[in-house]
Amino acid sequence: MAEFTLPKNSVLTEGKTFKAPAGTKNIRRFEVYRWDPESGENPRIDIYELDKDNCGTMVLDAILKIKNEIDSTLTFRRSCREGVCGSCAMAINGKNTLACTKAIDSYSGTIKIFPLPHMQVIKDLVPDMTHFFAQYASIKPWIETQTPPPADTERLQSKEDRAKLDGLYDCILCACCSTSCPSYWWNSERYLGPAVLLQAYRWLVDSRDENTGERLDDLEDPFKLYRCHTIMNCTDTCPKDLNPAKAIAETKKLLVQRKLG
Amino acid sequence: MDYRTPLAKVRGLGSAKTGTFHWWMQRITAAALIPLSFWLITFLDLSLNAPYQQTVEWLVAPVNTVCITAWILAAFYHAALGLQVVIEDYIAAEGIKIVAVWTVNLSFLLLALTALIAVFRTLLIG
Repeated sequence: MAEFTLPKNSVLTEGKTFKAPAGTKNIRRFEVYRWDPESGENPRIDIYELDKDNCGTMVLDAILKIKNEIDSTLTFRRSCREGVCGSCAMAINGKNTLACTKAIDSYSGTIKIFPLPHMQVIKDLVPDMTHFFAQYASIKPWIETQTPPPADTERLQSKEDRAKLDGLYDCILCACCSTSCPSYWWNSERYLGPAVLLQAYRWLVDSRDENTGERLDDLEDPFKLYRCHTIMNCTDTCPKDLNPAKAIAETKKLLVQRKLG
Repeated sequence: MDYRTPLAKVRGLGSAKTGTFHWWMQRITAAALIPLSFWLITFLDLSLNAPYQQTVEWLVAPVNTVCITAWILAAFYHAALGLQVVIEDYIAAEGIKIVAVWTVNLSFLLLALTALIAVFRTLLIG
């Protein structure tokens, strides 16, 4: 059966509290999920009080401030700090988003920061993305053709066909959507999840690709594709405002179209 | 120790190349059940409030016989398709999953047959 309760070693405990220095006027409180695989202890929630007047605007700025000035043991991923790399995806106040593009002021009160839900945690806010990226590799995210490339030009595409890739090529594979999807929580061994399905659709509609039929063959599966029940958590949570649910619906339409003519 | 690569685990046994028909039939039966269920309200109203004989006479009219047959087929088919999806979602153990899916499918088949036979017996015998 699907598990609805946390295993014993995942139950959260209370952690340390790092108070703001005395005299701080503008305090913001952060509760952060901490787990160290080497300690053998259960995960805990550490509380950090930050001086908002001496902190950058975004949640990632706060996390960096904690790491640099308060507690250097805090572990997380970040790279571009401008919503392009997808590294700092995490669950902030219960909703998956990018810490770097989410302003601290868009939340009121305590800000709770957890790793992406239902993923194996490597340490603190760092989830294991191995399976997710293997799923991405499995849909062959590259152009497949039989026709050799033209001798002296690129493979051309009309402006209209290029426009079909808008809203698809912009996906940065942060996994916010996939890890917000209950179907992905229960069946990620087989269900590809919204992020990978959106990427699969990106190659289905690319006018230059010649392998659409084989791509549809590979997707047509009760688990790989049809675990999507269109609850649209993916579209709701996407920090890039993309619409994975629509990409999945369009894929299903292509499969029906292929059957019905 | 599992030495299979992550890609080998993901690709697994490959695609089943089915699922579209199941998904499409669930939509078709859902759409069909919208008008049919409005019709069913009239039928339920009659069967609960009108005398038995009047209800049977009403049901004998070809359009009503067709409607009740269609409702039974669509409703039980839709229920079986839907419950199969629920089972696949929540039951991970392969053996229990297969047994549960077929228990559900055969139960609904039996229920649909029972309902159809009941309707036709009523229509023929009165």
